[in-house]
Amino acid sequence: MAQSPLRLHEKSRSSLPIEYSTPENDLRIVGFWIFLAAELVLFGTLFATYLVLQSHTAGGPAPKDLFEVGPVMIETIVLLVSSFTCGLSTIELRRHNKKGLIFWLIVTVLLGLVFIGFEVNEFYTYAAHEGATLSSSAFLSGFFVLLGTHGCHVSLGIIWITGLIIQIAKRGVTPVTARKAFIVGLYWHFLDVVWIFIYTAVYLTGWVM
Amino acid sequence: MRENENQAVQSEHAAFPWKQVFGLLLSLALTFLALWVVLGLSLSVHATLTIIIGLAILQALIQLFMFMHFTEGTEPVHQIIGIAFGLFVTAMVVVLTLWILYYAI
Repeated sequence: MAQSPLRLHEKSRSSLPIEYSTPENDLRIVGFWIFLAAELVLFGTLFATYLVLQSHTAGGPAPKDLFEVGPVMIETIVLLVSSFTCGLSTIELRRHNKKGLIFWLIVTVLLGLVFIGFEVNEFYTYAAHEGATLSSSAFLSGFFVLLGTHGCHVSLGIIWITGLIIQIAKRGVTPVTARKAFIVGLYWHFLDVVWIFIYTAVYLTGWVM
Repeated sequence: MRENENQAVQSEHAAFPWKQVFGLLLSLALTFLALWVVLGLSLSVHATLTIIIGLAILQALIQLFMFMHFTEGTEPVHQIIGIAFGLFVTAMVVVLTLWILYYAI
């Protein structure tokens, strides 16, 4: 194996968790952190757009008229708990416990599905019962694009984790599947970080204004 | 320094996941605290926004350090620089956009 550009002595690598067990895994994990940095900027632009357009309701419903505390809190707590169960899956991964890893990944996917279900229901309620669609006002365009982008990421994460569960079930915990499980965990935690800011900048701010 | 971190990683093998449980409880507490500040207290808009943004940043840091193993790896300085730059650009995009377009908000 060629020398890692990260210049780590092979000796100290042996004491690291399994996902860092090869130089290629190192590079892929660092690469994924860089991808997350780019995702931060993507969501930053959407947040900036939403916050500027928030008050431009064009005579339609304002944030306060639409947002209900109940569903928003359920979405928030479900995603937060799924981030926790995803964290537990990383611990099982480091114990090389295939069953535990798969169990917590399945719990994470199920909570992700519950989150998406509530979000779809929320969007449907706005569009069908309140007449608040993507084209109703600048506020709603910003709202649906920001939350839709986050929802698409969560949906992709569900498909990604499901595929990974199948692969881990077939191949077990190897350096390759361990790296994949760790990276999907980073992705899932990142989506919870984005949701924290959606909860604050969209919902809480909507109730304050 | 790295030796200590590796020991910390190894101790995860058998122990109860205190770090994750503590992170979850702290996140839930911050979430409900922010909700209470908005719905329960009647502070000024400016004060309320300042508090809830502070709580959100705190909660994001909890995710980053308690769940995402941000400072682990072979050379964690690479991801730390990457994420720090990403956060800087994001903060500049959001803050400067709001500043420039303040009249339109």
